[in-house]
Amino acid sequence: MSQDTALQVNNLRVSYMTGGQEVKAVDDVSFSLYPGERLGVVGESGSGKTTLALALMRLHKPPAYIMGGEAILDGSDILALEREEIRQTRWSKLSLIPQGSMNSLNPVVKIKHQMADAIEAHERGWTRRQIAKHITELLGRVGLPDSVAEMYPHELSGGMKQRVCIALAIILEPSVIIADEPTSALDVVVQRVVMQTLNDVQEQLNAAMIIIGHDMGLMAQSADRLAVMYAGKMVEVAPISSFFSDPQHPYSQLLINSLPSPEEKRELAAIPGSQPSLLELPSGCAFHPRCPIAEGRCEQEIPLLRNIREDRRAACHLVEEQVS
Amino acid sequence: MFLVVVLLAATLNFIIPRMAPGDPIGAVLEELRARGAGTQSDAEDEIVAAYRARFGLDQPTHIQYFRFLFNTLRFDLGYSISYYPQKVERALLRALPWTVGLLAISTVLSFAAGSFFGAMMAWPRAPGFMRRFVPMFMVLSAVPYYLLGLILVYVFAFVMRILPLGGAYSSGTIPQLDLDFLLDVIRHGMLPALSIVLTSVGFWALGMRGVMVTVLGEDYLTLAEAKGLPDRRIFFGYAMRNALLPQVTSLAIALGTVASGSVLVEVVFNYPGIGWLLYNALRSSDYYMVQGVTFFLILTVAVSVLIVDMIYPLLDPRIER
Repeated sequence: MSQDTALQVNNLRVSYMTGGQEVKAVDDVSFSLYPGERLGVVGESGSGKTTLALALMRLHKPPAYIMGGEAILDGSDILALEREEIRQTRWSKLSLIPQGSMNSLNPVVKIKHQMADAIEAHERGWTRRQIAKHITELLGRVGLPDSVAEMYPHELSGGMKQRVCIALAIILEPSVIIADEPTSALDVVVQRVVMQTLNDVQEQLNAAMIIIGHDMGLMAQSADRLAVMYAGKMVEVAPISSFFSDPQHPYSQLLINSLPSPEEKRELAAIPGSQPSLLELPSGCAFHPRCPIAEGRCEQEIPLLRNIREDRRAACHLVEEQVS
Repeated sequence: MFLVVVLLAATLNFIIPRMAPGDPIGAVLEELRARGAGTQSDAEDEIVAAYRARFGLDQPTHIQYFRFLFNTLRFDLGYSISYYPQKVERALLRALPWTVGLLAISTVLSFAAGSFFGAMMAWPRAPGFMRRFVPMFMVLSAVPYYLLGLILVYVFAFVMRILPLGGAYSSGTIPQLDLDFLLDVIRHGMLPALSIVLTSVGFWALGMRGVMVTVLGEDYLTLAEAKGLPDRRIFFGYAMRNALLPQVTSLAIALGTVASGSVLVEVVFNYPGIGWLLYNALRSSDYYMVQGVTFFLILTVAVSVLIVDMIYPLLDPRIER
């Protein structure tokens, strides 16, 4: 898999340096993203999802540092680009739909100017009329009236703001879109509609998309594949349908068991214990203190994310024994 | 609202000087006596009575009050007592250009420079030496401007003799609009302006730095960077643009209090502005002049706040007109 991936991430490590200590927020993460594909990334708060997203955009701020790895986008390693090169790459090839979209638009600038400056920053040589036409067209595509272009962010509802952010993300037709909890600030009804809009525009562009979130229901509806993160590591990557029908990693199994289901009314199964502090990770597999099937080996050896079937990967010592 | 403020201010303005000890006519007579005139005591009483009648001070207080209000609204501020028969408004109008020229320009300058420096001090991609300015600005903003003014006068005007000691223009020149006079005015304005700019730039810089740090943490800055905007655009269009909003409110208040706040600069530099006028009026218990000046100052505060209120919606669309 070299040419046909939209984004290839290899051994990415991002750490926060606090008080002389290295906190590994993203630890040796590798994955491939194919054109037109929607990859969901789920995990508890603090599992490194957002750090991963920011690092891929090179938007991480000290004390976060990229400690190693590569991220190949369109033939070049994003992590090795110079400042000006990364600036040109952002948005034209790789765009972001931010987490706190309530606050993601400049409050004192009209929507059309906030959309236009993204185009102008990349010197596409468009005339002012072309830009205006493009903006109107994009707003229409995300289901907003033309008049929104002349408005300020405070005149829009939360859902409308998020639609503006979606329109903004596809303005330069990037090959990869990173959506960092794109709907977490919205109510459930609006969530579905906005998510649908996002999926539609992504399909039209045939862009690859990374959807970060913790709403498993939303993921089940949108994502093609799902990656589960735990304490900075990816512990399982699987196609969405087989993930829900046949989760491999014990953490994934517990995660699915903890979802409420309308068919059988039962006590919700919470995952025992809590996510370990990244400052003092357990030895071996970081999940072993909470794992129901952990054995001696799990306390010593860190399991690697490996192929367990053709399209599935998991990081658990015990998976193979279970499957075969 | 604007009218209520002005009316209240005018009323306070009427009451406060009358509560102060000292009698304006007495003060004038004392001055005359010091010059060796009017020593006869019965004639003196007559003079006092005549003057009191001339200035309306023989009337009951409430009549004085209403007459004062009525005249104030017509911008007739009465006669100066110590410079009789000069009208207060004429003295004000003559002093005004100097104050506006010196104080307003140096305040705006220091606002612009301070806000820019403050923004740079908070900007993570600014050159490293920018952050070293922080302690310097802190020290400067703690120094009183009149003290710095005295030091500047000592160094530049007394020891080095490259700039004049005081005044607004060289004595003997006739104020006129030509290049020589303008240069002369600038030379004279340099030190007082410098003392105001240097001592207030820290206030603006530190204030701006504080707001800027908050704005830099906003999500729209992350998105601006993600959009691949050039640094300059993010700095001016997103960060500074938003951080300036509270600064503009402070500027309005600062511009309003410019004249009163900088009385001592005009005194130190013997600058013929409104502050200097006020200082002299206070010294000679010149009721009408004090009233005129303070009324005028309040009017400038009210007007500048009104102007900011009107232009603020243009800067921040979230504020309804």
